[in-house]
Amino acid sequence: MNGNGILEIIAAIFIFGGGVLSVLSALGLMRFPDIYTRNHAGTKSTTLAVLVTLTGVFMYFWIAEGYISVRLILGILFVFITAPTAGHIIVRAAYRSGVKVSDSTVEDELGPMLRKKEGEREGES
Amino acid sequence: MPAQFLTNLFIAFLWMLLNDEDELRFSTFFAGYLVGIIIVFIMHRFFGTQFYLRRFFALLKLILIFIRELSSSSVFVIKHIVKKEVTIKPGIFYYKTELRGEWEVSLLALLLTLTPGSVVMEVTPEGDAFYVHAMDIAESRENLLRSLAKFERAIMEVLR
Repeated sequence: MNGNGILEIIAAIFIFGGGVLSVLSALGLMRFPDIYTRNHAGTKSTTLAVLVTLTGVFMYFWIAEGYISVRLILGILFVFITAPTAGHIIVRAAYRSGVKVSDSTVEDELGPMLRKKEGEREGES
Repeated sequence: MPAQFLTNLFIAFLWMLLNDEDELRFSTFFAGYLVGIIIVFIMHRFFGTQFYLRRFFALLKLILIFIRELSSSSVFVIKHIVKKEVTIKPGIFYYKTELRGEWEVSLLALLLTLTPGSVVMEVTPEGDAFYVHAMDIAESRENLLRSLAKFERAIMEVLR
């Protein structure tokens, strides 16, 4: 086995690892109690999975075909910009429209702040 | 700073010409540029300004810190996913940041939301504090605060 073969296997391991991470985060999506914790599993582990998979694909193209794919790097970049924005907006919208946090939640410092602001607005009108 | 950049370009050109190849190759130019970076770094104090690639290296450091936090907290989340029973205690806590300005605060929020186990839920209207939802606040609060401080320091190095 030559050096390229070994590197190809490493790339394959990266891609496989990305797949496993995706499966695990899908599992987390089903198991966690409320939308906020599900959001952790859904958006976050998936970003890592995408990162690992695309890195593996990038390595494979580089080794096997001697071709540096800029598009894959741009893909990673854009996933990294959009995924947290979407996660933040989903959680924020959910909290503002009154989705309950799960019973196991131990502390909540945001609720009192929002309720206070609501009270102020009602007091003005 | 422009003086340093021009010196570096000059060294790269010189390197390319002194190599005396049949044609002008970009790879030789790039090698010369790398050599030039080392030379300019050694003599940058004579220019009286900071090294012009300092921000670039700070950015690399920020990316490395981010990748480390990303993998360590992913392991943490996955450990909770595959546990037999879900025993997490989520919570929302308030964090006041030292960073100022749109770029710094949004960069910190982006990095914090990307690392598993924490989501920024709200930024206060003044833009100087976050409400962060942590997946397991009882266990990971210390870790989270430590990585927050690390990110803050790295971001300051890049943007200031």
